[in-house]
Amino acid sequence: MVTRLDPKVFEAEAHNTWCPGCGDFAILKSLKLALADLDIQPHQALVVSGIGCGSKLPDYMTVNGFMTIHGRPLPVATGAKLANPDLHVVVVDGDGDAYGIGGNHFVQTCRRNPDITQVVENNQIYGLTKGQYSPTSDKGFVTTTSPEGAIELAFNPMAVALASGATFIARGFAGEPKHLASLIAQGIKHRGYALIDVLQPCVTFNRVNTYEWYRERIYHLDDSYDPSDREAAWLRAHEWADRIPLGILYRVAGLPTYEDQVPALQDGSPMTRIARLRRDARPERYEPLKDRFL
Amino acid sequence: MAGVVVDDMSIMIGGDAGQGVESSGAGFCLALARAGLHVFALQDYRSQIRGGHNFYQIRLGTRPLYSHSDPVHLLLALTPESVALHVDNIAEGGAVIFPDKFEIDEEPLRKKGISVDALPLVKIAEEHGNRLMANTAALGAAAGVTEFPIEFMEGVIRDNFAKKGPQVIDSNLKVAQAAYEVARQRYGSGFRYKVKAIAGAPQRMLMNGNEAIALGALAGGCRFASAYPMTPATSIFEWFAGAPPEYGMVTKHAEDEIAAVCMAIGASFAGARAMTVTSGGGFSLMVEAMGLAGMAEVPLVIVEAQRGGPSTGLPTRAEQSDLLFVINAGQGEFPRIVTAPGTVEECFEAGWRAFNLAENYQCPVVVMTDAFMASALRTLDMDALDFADVRIDRGAILTSEELDGLTNEYRRFELTESGMSPRALPGHPKGVLTVPSDEHDEAGHITEDSANRIRMMQKRMRKLQAAEREMRPPALYGPEGADVTLLCWGSTFGACREAADQINGAGGSANVLQFSDLWPLPEKAVEEALARCKRAVAVEQNYTSQLAKLLRMTTGVRVDATLNKYDGRPFAPEEIVSALEQEVAGGHKA
Repeated sequence: MVTRLDPKVFEAEAHNTWCPGCGDFAILKSLKLALADLDIQPHQALVVSGIGCGSKLPDYMTVNGFMTIHGRPLPVATGAKLANPDLHVVVVDGDGDAYGIGGNHFVQTCRRNPDITQVVENNQIYGLTKGQYSPTSDKGFVTTTSPEGAIELAFNPMAVALASGATFIARGFAGEPKHLASLIAQGIKHRGYALIDVLQPCVTFNRVNTYEWYRERIYHLDDSYDPSDREAAWLRAHEWADRIPLGILYRVAGLPTYEDQVPALQDGSPMTRIARLRRDARPERYEPLKDRFL
Repeated sequence: MAGVVVDDMSIMIGGDAGQGVESSGAGFCLALARAGLHVFALQDYRSQIRGGHNFYQIRLGTRPLYSHSDPVHLLLALTPESVALHVDNIAEGGAVIFPDKFEIDEEPLRKKGISVDALPLVKIAEEHGNRLMANTAALGAAAGVTEFPIEFMEGVIRDNFAKKGPQVIDSNLKVAQAAYEVARQRYGSGFRYKVKAIAGAPQRMLMNGNEAIALGALAGGCRFASAYPMTPATSIFEWFAGAPPEYGMVTKHAEDEIAAVCMAIGASFAGARAMTVTSGGGFSLMVEAMGLAGMAEVPLVIVEAQRGGPSTGLPTRAEQSDLLFVINAGQGEFPRIVTAPGTVEECFEAGWRAFNLAENYQCPVVVMTDAFMASALRTLDMDALDFADVRIDRGAILTSEELDGLTNEYRRFELTESGMSPRALPGHPKGVLTVPSDEHDEAGHITEDSANRIRMMQKRMRKLQAAEREMRPPALYGPEGADVTLLCWGSTFGACREAADQINGAGGSANVLQFSDLWPLPEKAVEEALARCKRAVAVEQNYTSQLAKLLRMTTGVRVDATLNKYDGRPFAPEEIVSALEQEVAGGHKA
């Protein structure tokens, strides 16, 4: 893949602690490729993560990174985006982080439509805590916390995102990093919230949903598929057991982002305003506010 | 009986939620303030929108007031329940006015020399306007009874109904005038307390603690606030949301308090001055994220307006029961700063100072108030809040030019003597930064290395030592060397201060030690101040005397006695005086 920027600028020296063969390596590589392809430099992007194996990703690349707490990268990212809309904000977290503990933030962000791209490393298991079932584990999935098999139905991120008003919904596979990089790049380019759910095999703790398991089921949405067709997207969003679609399931362009609709942001961001204020405090500009109390 | 103009009196308006107690009370306060009087007004309401007793207790005087005061001289009772509930808090020679016919037992009132009268307020309202204007009639009547010049009421009526057009204004004015006349004729000589406008008095603002915090924060450069509505903090956030757009305040009503605090952290990380506001329940949800701000060294300002706990507790009432929780909230050890303003003026200062503390020490700052401080209205001289006093000190933030000139690789958590590491804001090619909630090295990379851990813990905690040097010692109010020292923090300062005045005025000897910087506690200064107390009595609106415990924990000093209140109702100065007279024998030992 020839990118506009050399992806090497994102390389970091930090010691990587992921298991050999982990799908997260491909996601890290794809994110670097996507940023490089869009000519976004390390200082222009902010990668916000939560907690989990995959949320260590910002530590493994050179980029502005904020590794937050479990389930909360979306609100942290939203605050950062509202404070400085010039930053390209990408959230990277796992299925437990995004769809479990952070589930409400996920739903609210879908309907909020900030210009943030969320890449979910969906391995259908809790890896960092060594193998418990996750929100996306299939019913009947046996783990240490579901020895008789998971009782709940699996969370369907595609359908929930669609129902919640997300404007860009895609699914990639860690076994196909170039395709994934293209999806991430399109997600970042999309003005508004973009979800890229990534099928990401956990080679250590998930012995069911392996690279082979996914390869047997995935197929690519082709040119005949119209991602602006909401009803078609609804049907594809429910495909799982035998056939799993990859690509952009749904995309609606031209809608205003959340930031577009905040009046106070149209004449400068909070970050730039405080910088201005520091140079020019002008206490007298607040004086008229006292009239409100007379 | 001849009327006397009084220099300190209290008027209560009581009724059901939905009857306009709040708007009448606020309107009356504004009229009094415009007439040059000092006002202190306590709002008492319940967590329901319709029904349930509410009251507004307005104290007015010719000198600055710092607390409400019992008893009240005039009760405007919009419901029979208002009479029954407050019968013991009406001064001798006072009056109760209620609209039309109420079935109430007048005997206990008459025994105390309290006049009881029904004024045909609803009838007056219907005659000159409509039934809904009974509140306006009540305001007119209150002015009539006290012979307070009606033009100040008229001015407020004009302002309040300005948007509804001249006809509505006109009808309301007629209602007020008619009620004024009826009340004045009936009470002209029968009610001894009269209120006079003060000619030539300076213009004054009428403001509560929440408004003062919002104003201070805005002037201090806060341009981002995220919150989830929770009484009694909500009005800070509403004030931000309603601030004129030219100030550029970005507000985000979040899905919950966790999102609210995380958005503020994200905004602050990106370079804004950001805050969130909540009460104890919401703060409980924010605790984990506060630790994130501590570990990631992101400046964060939280206003915690306390209410009665535990759990949902007393949602609209005041308590000071979160102090030790806030000081200790969160797993692990990290620096934080906790302040507690004691007056509306101090709320204004706390609003902007919190950002300087947060950015200087790169840590969370919690400003603690309570439902009483949040909503009680007080008159302030125009220069009591001076925007020229506001300082914006952002601490060690690297400018774009400083980053340009950087020769080494930028390290966000560089070890420094002070513990404060120069902060780059994301967006500069030479200031790319990684910030984790895990323990990390100077560059921000995750590591569990033992030697690094020790260095980093020490670096973070050095900030607390630096902050302690900036923390203010308790402020003494009243004469030095008094027989009794009232120790207080937050909103109880007003009642303590007035209690000390009353004691000293009656030939006794009392002063007040007010703690406004609570964490880190400037230990040496506190020890010295406590050593000067002959008899230290901690006056707190909680069960467990949390300030007294904090003092003992940090200095080893045990207070001599404690005075506690935990019914959600703020201390009146008279309660403190009377408790001290009874030797505070029943107080819990700290």
